[in-house]
Amino acid sequence: MVTLRMRIQMLVQKWYQVFESSKIPQSFTLLYDVSLRFSKPFMAVSHYICLASVLENGSNYQDLLMEMTGQKTVPNVFINKTHVGGCDKTMQAHKDGLLQQLLGGESEVYDYDLIVIGGGSGGLACSKAAANLGKKVMVLDYVVPTPKGTSWGLGGTCVNVGCIPKKLMHQTALLGTAMEDARKFGWEFSEQVTHNWETMKTAVNNYIGSLNWGYRVSLRDKNVNYVNAYAEFVEPHKIKATNKRGKETFYTAAKFVLATGERPRYLGIPGDKEYCITSDDLFYLSYCPGKTLVVGASYVALECGGFLAGLGLDVTVMVRSILLRGFDQDMANRAGDYMETHGVKFLKKFVPVKVEELEAGTPGRLKVTAKSTETDEVFEGEYNTVLIAVGRDACTGNIGLDKAGVKVNPKNGKIPVNDEEQTNIPHIYAIGDILEGKWELTPVAIQAGKLLAHSISLKRAVELYGQENLEVFHSLFWPLEYTVPNRDNNRCYAKIICNKLDNDRVIGFHYLGPNAGEVTQGFGTAMKCGVTKEQLDNTIGIHPTCAEIFTTMEVTKRSGGDINQAGC
Amino acid sequence: MAALCSKHRLKHLQHLCSFGFKIPRRNFAGKGKYDYDLVVIGGGSGGLACSKEAAQLGQKVAVLDYVEASVRGTTWGLGGTCVNVGCIPKKLMHQAALLGTAVKDAKKYGWKIPEPVSHDWATMSQAVQNHVKSLNWGHRVQLQDRKVKYLNMKGSLVDEHTIRGMNAKGKEMTVTARNVVIATGGRPKYPTHVPGALEFGISMMKWPHVGLECAGFLTGIGLDTTVMVRSIALRGFDQQMSRLVTDYMEAYGTRFSWDAVPKKVEKLPSGLLQVTWTDTQSKQEHQDAFNTVLWAVGRAPETKTLNLKQVGVELNEDTGKVIVAADERTSMSNIFAIGDIAQGRPELTPTAIKAGKLLARRLAGHSSQLMNYDNVPTTVFTPLEYGCVGLSEEEAERRCGKENVEVYHAFYKPLEFTVAERDAGQCYIKVVCEGHGDQRVLGLHFTGPNAGEVTQGFALGLQCGFTYAQLRDTVGIHPTCAEELTKINITKRSGLDATVTGC
Repeated sequence: MVTLRMRIQMLVQKWYQVFESSKIPQSFTLLYDVSLRFSKPFMAVSHYICLASVLENGSNYQDLLMEMTGQKTVPNVFINKTHVGGCDKTMQAHKDGLLQQLLGGESEVYDYDLIVIGGGSGGLACSKAAANLGKKVMVLDYVVPTPKGTSWGLGGTCVNVGCIPKKLMHQTALLGTAMEDARKFGWEFSEQVTHNWETMKTAVNNYIGSLNWGYRVSLRDKNVNYVNAYAEFVEPHKIKATNKRGKETFYTAAKFVLATGERPRYLGIPGDKEYCITSDDLFYLSYCPGKTLVVGASYVALECGGFLAGLGLDVTVMVRSILLRGFDQDMANRAGDYMETHGVKFLKKFVPVKVEELEAGTPGRLKVTAKSTETDEVFEGEYNTVLIAVGRDACTGNIGLDKAGVKVNPKNGKIPVNDEEQTNIPHIYAIGDILEGKWELTPVAIQAGKLLAHSISLKRAVELYGQENLEVFHSLFWPLEYTVPNRDNNRCYAKIICNKLDNDRVIGFHYLGPNAGEVTQGFGTAMKCGVTKEQLDNTIGIHPTCAEIFTTMEVTKRSGGDINQAGC
Repeated sequence: MAALCSKHRLKHLQHLCSFGFKIPRRNFAGKGKYDYDLVVIGGGSGGLACSKEAAQLGQKVAVLDYVEASVRGTTWGLGGTCVNVGCIPKKLMHQAALLGTAVKDAKKYGWKIPEPVSHDWATMSQAVQNHVKSLNWGHRVQLQDRKVKYLNMKGSLVDEHTIRGMNAKGKEMTVTARNVVIATGGRPKYPTHVPGALEFGISMMKWPHVGLECAGFLTGIGLDTTVMVRSIALRGFDQQMSRLVTDYMEAYGTRFSWDAVPKKVEKLPSGLLQVTWTDTQSKQEHQDAFNTVLWAVGRAPETKTLNLKQVGVELNEDTGKVIVAADERTSMSNIFAIGDIAQGRPELTPTAIKAGKLLARRLAGHSSQLMNYDNVPTTVFTPLEYGCVGLSEEEAERRCGKENVEVYHAFYKPLEFTVAERDAGQCYIKVVCEGHGDQRVLGLHFTGPNAGEVTQGFALGLQCGFTYAQLRDTVGIHPTCAEELTKINITKRSGLDATVTGC
């Protein structure tokens, strides 16, 4: 005997039969209205199943429905076997885009299955992956030129004005140190070694150019439509794309991914946009910046300051309060000390109030006036270049997110998302730097060393677990490569934080020394597997490396024991 | 002779007595029966680690260390192979070669360096020696700090509790100990069947990657270097990786004579050494002249003069190595062997150190933990460095069957190579996984810059039994070479192009 329960289940499974065998009932009117908003209403309607229309009256189906779906009333809407709800829920689902998502077949409804806004690392990876799955995809990328007029190609911050040029310039500085070291290792060459900014800039820009081109080609190969235009929402499923010449085009898509990234923040003081540069300009600067003031204590500030000093320039970093906010402060200060011994000057507790041009040129001369954050003291200094690196803002303000109903944190412009990177509007997703509250794994390159704050700082760990439940192991070390040139003895530092309540599990990993990124990556994987101090101790070191220090950490911070490394 | 011995023993007993009153001994049963709780023969990485740890735990310890001069008369100080003639000088010379590459690269990065650039061996050698000497000194000081008695003497066993020491002047003494640890390591082998090998050759360092490492840095500092290989390079390592390492070396100027067996070495009137060798494939004979011939054909354990067999310590007759159990114990219950001298142990500093420490803890009754010799990571410091941990592809297939192994791989380009316009054709990553279930990682292989630094953390991952999924789940650190490991997704089976493009 077919029970009512089975009957309902069958109907949900075989919705199409239901539809064919019944006439469109009264309760469908509403749904029909909803469906009219689609370009092909009947297609859409055919996906609906309204149980109310097919079940005989008088039966106890309402109780059963309550049990099965948590809803008693009709219409009770299922779409493609997924329970949506009643009238209000269905209308809401339509508004959110959930309905369209469940309906499938969007490709026939919209121009694209997916439009990605922003052609950076995240956006490109996402668009290519979607295209691989057979989706029709468009990527819109547009670089708004800096106040100095600098702009660049496809690939986003990382490739054009971030990780890549930064690491290459860091490498340039490292090679400068390498040449000094080389003499100690027996290499003989003239003392007259100089650096040519333009050669470096051209080499770096050429490489970036090849990457830009590579991205274009790979998008084409994957049949992703790339449009070099600025995108903003005009409707939840529709964007306006404005190209360089101001021509506007409209596109619709079932889903969107926001990957617009961030751009450097300015100070909002007289002269900043007119005379100062940011990291967006630095890597494309056609001339050597000369004597440079770096404003800020972000990792971008320290990295840029570090490699500029490494190229032999006179560099001062102006810091308002603390270095590398959010990083482990012990590590941050060690990094700062390291830079100071390598010629970077720090001007702490000062903020600039104005920048004036004394003389135009490449580079020109600028006068910076700053005031103390604690006293009435005023500082005046003359520099060739002022580089502002006080942080970055998410590019979410001018892309019509209000038109799409996407929630943005008004404080920082970041977009909250769920674990699936979905914004509050289900058909709009967000990835990359514009996400709120996502942890970044940020290696910071400073001059000849690198600092890395991985997972959590000690301060944060104390907040989370309590001082008494943490054990911190630490050690200074001397990379073998530094022994012969006799530099930076016991300046490199390693630290791990363990949670005593959880089997001495390693919850924090910090390393200040050469090749920090390379060293840390594997430990990151191990932490993903919940590595404990015991497992760390049981791992055999690779000799002679810097990374092996982590397999022999014995001194706890609590003990106050000697952490100078001795012998091997 | 016997009289001499007993006299010495008496002297030491007296010494012990006076000692016994001054220092409260934290000792087991049999207090005062022996001069020392522990005597370690061999002051290399393993021996020093073991003796220091034991002393730290309250044991009375002595270390005997003595360096027999090499055939060419070279000797060195305390610290053993690694510090004096192994890892340390080797990596420093490798660094010298890398810096040579850096000077070349620097030009592409905008540094203007007036020609000529040349290399002075004496400067490098002096700098390396200075560092090694400071380490020798450091070891001496550490032994002193930890109250370990250091005896610069050649040790041998009289019986299972008695050790005879002889210094450079031939002066002898004996000491007794409850436990003895043999950690005398190995020394390079000379192919004594090759006429001229002993007289004209020099030797160095460790088997089996030493030959390539030396050739690499010699080429790197601008010398014309040829490597003669009998069959395959880097035996015991993953052979695909091995080929990448040698391909890279060939591309950067090291010459290779494959399938070559040296026949004789003669001194020419010019002072050059003429080497004659046979090609095992064509059976033809070849000749060439060199300034220096360096033998790196393997290492022999330093067991012969220890008198081990006579006191009942079993040796492997073929290799001369000491047969040990999982707790490093030899066939004599109070004699232990660690490091290169022990049969079946990896010839690596960190394993010797760790084994030595753990042994000391067990001997002092502080722990019962055994040394885990699985998943020992290692790195070959050839010009293109090669780091690995776990199984080679061949070994994984042999153990699990080809169909049960999934190999992920990638050819990548280090960012540093781009601007420097260096060929990255041999920069390669391979992750050998179980083919089923969670795809546990069995082996991980990496060629590229800083291979040792890259591999260390992943070795820890292997220690935790990590899976392919966990590897892929890790956030990459950009831009590094190591991050390529977290992005690896092409299986060898698929036959797809494994070249990494873009970021």
